[in-house]
Amino acid sequence: MADQMSDKSPEQISEGTDKIVVKDLNFYYGDFNALTGINVSIKERAVTAFIGPSGCGKSTFIRCFNRMNDLIPGARVEGLVSMDGQNIYAPGVDPVDLRRRVGMIFQQPNPFPMSIYDNVAYGPRLHGVRKKSELDDIVRTSLERANLWKEVNGILDRNGLALSGGQQQRLCIARVLAVEPEVMLMDEPCSAIDPTSVQKIEDLMAELKDRITIIIVTHNMQQAARVSEFTAFFLQEQAGEPAVLVEYDRTANIFTSPQDRRTEDYITGRFG
Amino acid sequence: MTTESQDMQEQAAEEDRARLSEYGALRKGQTGELRLMSRSTYFREAALKNLFLLCAFVAVMGVLLIIAFVGVRGYPIFGLEGFFGFLAGREWNPTDEIFGILPLVYGSFVVMAGALVIGTPLAVGTAIFLSEIASPRIRSVVRPAVELLAGIPSVIYGFFGLMILRPIIGRLTDGLGFGAVTAWLILAIMIVPTIATLAEDALRSIPNGIREASYAMGATTWQTIRKVLVPAAGIGIIDAIILGMGRAIGETMAVLMVVGNAPIFPASVSDPIATLTTQIVMDMPYAAGDHRTALFGMAIVLFVISMFLVAMVRFLSRFQTRLDGR
Repeated sequence: MADQMSDKSPEQISEGTDKIVVKDLNFYYGDFNALTGINVSIKERAVTAFIGPSGCGKSTFIRCFNRMNDLIPGARVEGLVSMDGQNIYAPGVDPVDLRRRVGMIFQQPNPFPMSIYDNVAYGPRLHGVRKKSELDDIVRTSLERANLWKEVNGILDRNGLALSGGQQQRLCIARVLAVEPEVMLMDEPCSAIDPTSVQKIEDLMAELKDRITIIIVTHNMQQAARVSEFTAFFLQEQAGEPAVLVEYDRTANIFTSPQDRRTEDYITGRFG
Repeated sequence: MTTESQDMQEQAAEEDRARLSEYGALRKGQTGELRLMSRSTYFREAALKNLFLLCAFVAVMGVLLIIAFVGVRGYPIFGLEGFFGFLAGREWNPTDEIFGILPLVYGSFVVMAGALVIGTPLAVGTAIFLSEIASPRIRSVVRPAVELLAGIPSVIYGFFGLMILRPIIGRLTDGLGFGAVTAWLILAIMIVPTIATLAEDALRSIPNGIREASYAMGATTWQTIRKVLVPAAGIGIIDAIILGMGRAIGETMAVLMVVGNAPIFPASVSDPIATLTTQIVMDMPYAAGDHRTALFGMAIVLFVISMFLVAMVRFLSRFQTRLDGR
């Protein structure tokens, strides 16, 4: 819990419940130190936005939460990342189980080349749901929660790739929701889709955050201001240097009274 | 060009310039005149275009000539033996002028099918290893090695089969080791590069986002391969297998050396057998008259089989889902 921590660094916010706590995180791609000294606590059932210029390590950081970086040869994490008080990098932790609890939405919508139904049923099937009636229920509920049911009801056997980009992204969200994750990571989920669909996805996030902890990486500061309660600003000051977490606070504070000069410069559009 | 039309052209150009500068699209000093293509550029371009056309024409003519030649020489056999008498005739006996090629068709298919049964899992497994499991360093060694398999002359495969595999098979089956089994093993290795490289291409063409999506859903590598990647690459893998079939059915020299060359229905897969290709090679040096016509007839049959396989690949490609989502 944040308020129990001895080290009250400016990155800690003493309100709400911590879902994920990151302490002194360093991230390396081979010899390259991509992120350094990151301390942050992600609040449960809220939307936290990661903002910052391109290449500042926000996507790298978000992938630490479901250990997707494990798949990159040479990638290495130092420090502590804990979820509900358990270190997710502890020896013996199964990344496969972690990823079921921490779902992820990617920049490019990536439905599987299979039917809409099979896309949503993918996760439940992986985790042992076999009964048709049960799968039917899960598929329907998940599509409803992703606000896609009305558009695909009746064409569930059609290939997921036949949908529009925005629909594909909501299909991916339904696919994640089908396994009832506790956390949903969204890595620039709206940067490859049309504005109308962006609106739908932002509405969806507002509905989902009552039940799920959402972390969103975005390039779009207006979006961060619209959808998030908390915002973290990342910055790589020099090429080749590791990126740092400059400031982490309630979104309203970040956008109205940033404490750090660099945050202010960024949000007022002076660079990045 | 007459002076009159030249004048008109210049007048038109002048009007264009006036209009352009009115819109501010023409900066001061710019005349807006494009140079005409020089005669030498024009002729070089035309000559090159025709040269490439000629290259394509020669290749197509080659195919057409072979088809015409084989067709004209082989066609009469269907009249002599009757369509079914030739294709479904159970006896191949050139001495008595009996030309039924069913044992040879049977031999070709038995040899091909066995090679596919052994070679496909090997090749698809190799493709999955190369595409999904091997590190870039291991892949950079294994992939060229697999490609090298395709570059080994088939007589060397045949030699290997004859000297190494045949005695082993012979000992295991209490025979000489000439027969379908030995051909299966040799051909299985020979079709691996065809199937493995094409299947690997199909797997690697799957966008990485789809892999990431599966892992991010909590799938293991094996689940990702089995439930997402292999189905996604499905048509491409089937294409690869079909082209492997073509390679197996057309292969001659390596099969000839180990198969025993008896144009009969053998009692066992370790007994001598013959295929369409091997029989053509065996008989061609001495065949004359109708016998020779029958060999050309067999070539037509081979042609039709491979055209059918190619047509199937083209047909199946229609069902390939576009993975880029467009």
